[in-house]
Amino acid sequence: MNHVVEVHNVGMKYQSLNGEITAIENIDFSVREGEFVSIVGPSGCGKSTLLSIISGLLPSTSGTVLLCGEKVSGTSPKIGYMLQKDHLFDWRTIYQNVILGLEIRKTLTPEAKEQALKLLRTYGLYEFKDKYPNQLSGGMRQRVALIRTLVTDPQILLLDEPFSALDYQTRLMVNDDIYAIIKQENKTALLVTHDISESISMADRVILLSKRPGTIKSIYDISLDSENRTPLLSREAPEFRHIFQEIWKGLDVHV
Amino acid sequence: MSNLISQEHQGYLQRVRLEKRLIWLIRLLILIVALALWEVCANAELVDPFITSQPSRILKTIVRLYEEGVLFQHIGITCLEAVIGFVLGTLLGTMVAICLWWSEFLSKVVEPYLVVLNSLPKIALGPIFIVWIGAGPAAIIVMTLAISLIVTVLEVLNGFLAIDGDKIKLIQTFGGTKPQVLTKVLLPASFPTIINALKINVGLSWVGVIVGEFLVSKAGLGYLIVYGGQVFKLDLVMTSVIILGVAATLMYQGVVFLEKLLVKNKPN
Repeated sequence: MNHVVEVHNVGMKYQSLNGEITAIENIDFSVREGEFVSIVGPSGCGKSTLLSIISGLLPSTSGTVLLCGEKVSGTSPKIGYMLQKDHLFDWRTIYQNVILGLEIRKTLTPEAKEQALKLLRTYGLYEFKDKYPNQLSGGMRQRVALIRTLVTDPQILLLDEPFSALDYQTRLMVNDDIYAIIKQENKTALLVTHDISESISMADRVILLSKRPGTIKSIYDISLDSENRTPLLSREAPEFRHIFQEIWKGLDVHV
Repeated sequence: MSNLISQEHQGYLQRVRLEKRLIWLIRLLILIVALALWEVCANAELVDPFITSQPSRILKTIVRLYEEGVLFQHIGITCLEAVIGFVLGTLLGTMVAICLWWSEFLSKVVEPYLVVLNSLPKIALGPIFIVWIGAGPAAIIVMTLAISLIVTVLEVLNGFLAIDGDKIKLIQTFGGTKPQVLTKVLLPASFPTIINALKINVGLSWVGVIVGEFLVSKAGLGYLIVYGGQVFKLDLVMTSVIILGVAATLMYQGVVFLEKLLVKNKPN
């Protein structure tokens, strides 16, 4: 099996004047090509830290990360990163927002521009290309943010709670939307979330992290009995609530 | 379309229009009444026009200055100094703010100095500038700079620091460098802050110019005010103050116009 992401024994310690904080410890897992993996855990367990390390934004204090067999040191064009909010720039049109990554990577070739327009056309945003972000709905903005990531043609998508800023209805809809786009573009995805339902509904595997210092508590294989799986349909699968219960117990939440 | 507007809406629109006109009317009345009262009281010698001056004498002074050919010379010098000080203050202030953002270390090092410079009444530096630079327009411009620079630096730097860190992270996830963070996010996102700094600077640069002219100059509106005060020509003082008010307002409106022009192709 072809592993595109390999995380070996990764740990991260933050230094501060009040002492040392171990955010994550002994994290060890890998992601296959085309796989959708979710990472859930209680807040503050270092989920986002882990993504930052994989993306190369943050050097880990121990362990190594391999992307397609190459050791990570600094950001890589193989990675596409989606943040909590869409962070579309108000002063740029939708098209200009979409080509931001290309501009920064200095790969704004005529072909890349064509590809950007093609993605906008495919995902129903072509007629909005000269509009500004504040003229779009929350769901559309998130879709633009995804296209902005996709247009740089990453192999692996890192999704850092990209739906948490949306209201619940929009969120369900955007789940389906983004999932369909990721599958259609055949990308490997790693989603960080604290929403158990969301993690099950989208993923092939769910990795559960423990409280700080975050370590892998267990890994759940999600095989749901539903044809043409979409996040919304997954929620109706009979196994869904069993897995939910299992992860809920594993999370061990106390108030 | 007009027949589609309901009676209530029409009534509402009419009330809004009426209120607008009323506001303008009262504004105008206040001005006319004040000027008339001033003129009448001075003519009736209820107040001493030698001390209070009066509108007709101000007009005569303007005409006299114009006939002597020095009116626009004085206005021109003062406006030029104000504009140069204003532009330099804004540009230098923004550049210093960029440097301080660039190096957090530098920013920490100079912080106490900025606090001191910000608190210090810059007018106290006037005599020093005159000695160092010489009594002339250069000293006046430096005075203007001294007054507006630190405020601009602090204002713009705060604007930079208020930008959502995730926007910067977004650039970094694409492998963006620090100059790219600056040009793609920081400067465009701080545009409203910079415009605000401009608006503050308009006022401050006039303060700087007038203070500078009080101290050294041989020409300009500030010079006319000081000179008029010393020789007890209140007509000259009042005239200069009024011209100053008009010039400063025009410059402020210029910035507002610039803002509109630059924001025009963006939705609000």
